[in-house]
Amino acid sequence: MPANPFNGHTDYGIGLGLRVPHYSHILAKKPVVDWFEIISENFMCGGGRPLEVLDLILEQYRVVQHGVSMYFGSAEKPDREHLRRLKALVRRTNTPWLSDHLCWGSVDGTYTHDLLPMPYTFEAAKRTAAKIRMVRDFLEVPICVENVSSYAEFHASEMTEWEFLGEVVELADCGILLDVNNIYVSSKNHGFNPYDYLNGVPHHRVGQMHIAGHTKFEKYLLDTHDHPVLDPVWKLYAHATRLCGVTATLLEWDDRIPSFAEVHDEALKANEFIGGARGAAPAEAARVG
Amino acid sequence: MHASLLRPLAAGDRMQRKWTDGRPMAEVAAEIIKPNDRLTAFDRLEIYNRMYWFRLVDCFHDDNPGLRAMLGARKFDRLALAYLAKRPSRSFTLRNLCSGLEAFLRAEPAWTAPRTALAIDIARFEWAQTVAFDEEAFAPVTAADLGASPPSRLRLAVQPYVQLLALNHPVDAYVIAVKKRDTLRAEASNATTAARRRAAVRRIRLPRRSKTWIAVHRVENQLYYKRLESSAFRILEALRAGARLSRALARGGAGVTTGQVRDWFALWTELGWLCRRK
Repeated sequence: MPANPFNGHTDYGIGLGLRVPHYSHILAKKPVVDWFEIISENFMCGGGRPLEVLDLILEQYRVVQHGVSMYFGSAEKPDREHLRRLKALVRRTNTPWLSDHLCWGSVDGTYTHDLLPMPYTFEAAKRTAAKIRMVRDFLEVPICVENVSSYAEFHASEMTEWEFLGEVVELADCGILLDVNNIYVSSKNHGFNPYDYLNGVPHHRVGQMHIAGHTKFEKYLLDTHDHPVLDPVWKLYAHATRLCGVTATLLEWDDRIPSFAEVHDEALKANEFIGGARGAAPAEAARVG
Repeated sequence: MHASLLRPLAAGDRMQRKWTDGRPMAEVAAEIIKPNDRLTAFDRLEIYNRMYWFRLVDCFHDDNPGLRAMLGARKFDRLALAYLAKRPSRSFTLRNLCSGLEAFLRAEPAWTAPRTALAIDIARFEWAQTVAFDEEAFAPVTAADLGASPPSRLRLAVQPYVQLLALNHPVDAYVIAVKKRDTLRAEASNATTAARRRAAVRRIRLPRRSKTWIAVHRVENQLYYKRLESSAFRILEALRAGARLSRALARGGAGVTTGQVRDWFALWTELGWLCRRK
């Protein structure tokens, strides 16, 4: 299901994150790229270079907005002024869907600027879903929520992470941005089978996927986005596309960013792993897989 | 969990061993977080505690290269921790992390003594660059617009991205020199060890006290700093405060000539600094 209500019925292919070190290359060379993902917060400013570059990009490319500060899992309601600014950006980019994370990160207006894991409780799922609906109704654009990588689990949890994700998106009637690398990182940190996770999410709601690199430490994996994608993550990605269909996919590379060509080549490797899903209905393909 | 993340790190960048009520932190962490076969609840919470501080301190460093050069690394690090502990981020974006630094330095001068006045000037100048970089710009007025209304009726405003600073030190030259030095050091990273060491120890002379008026602004999305005469600064400040043109010109002082006013306005309209008051 390449196109569904949760990605605005689009079929976007392989995208890249729009990052400052690549601005001049992209504007000068105009490389062929299916789409760019922007971090919304980097463009929620009054003017200057960020918005000028964005407008130039919008003349040539399709852009999808990805956020890092909505904190659907935080208890406080969304800030109205923040939503107004975000909506102005949504109108500017004409993003067909908008994503942010299934996490919390602020308390009473104090921000951690981190994507913190939630306790997987029914109460949290209900509250989070209500917030997602509020944001979607205000912004008038489909929302996809992204699973985060995590390093801690809570005693209070009443279900698995994938059950929680499913519960939230069903209650909110929203989409999923399935971050395959995050699933892998969390599976190693918490000792679950990443294929159980992939098999357990509602596949028809997956509107986008993320792939990225991570770093191995002695006792845990850290989601660093500063490496090429590792083999086990590619294998998971192949399985995910067999389950969900060929879905808009984005490579995240946010630190120690190499040349544009290197990042683009890495992203396009995704095509090698989605062959099995092409031309077959997702469920059928998954059975074959 | 939120409160534990915001607590400053202990020596060696480790999480503090005791909670605020004196209980062992390991016990407090274990109440909410599960251990696994490799990490205790303390270890897992510590990952987040460290990431929080590393992220914010990095950002504080990036935003204040001049202040860091002036204070020296050790004193600057202590200031960063004190500021971030007292004023955690209240904005969705780290762009605004240092918006309260000037007020903090005024309220707690001990962190920058004996050069608090200079530290405040540098902090203001560095924050002004953040604002000038991406603050809103309205359609600029032209010389023809200026001629179309009598001065007593004309309500002009200064573009929001133009930052007007009345300082006690010429910190613009100082910060430029610091950035230039740091750029050269970065470029010299493949040079010989001796050359790197020489570059590392080169100190830049601190600016002496001298009244300085500066506009931090942008042209074609590049940041610029422009020294202003005090009377020109007062006119711009009056326009920003909402004064009509005739009243703003009066704020310039008796010594201002018609020729000066004409030249200033010609320059300011050419730079696009002036817009209509909404």
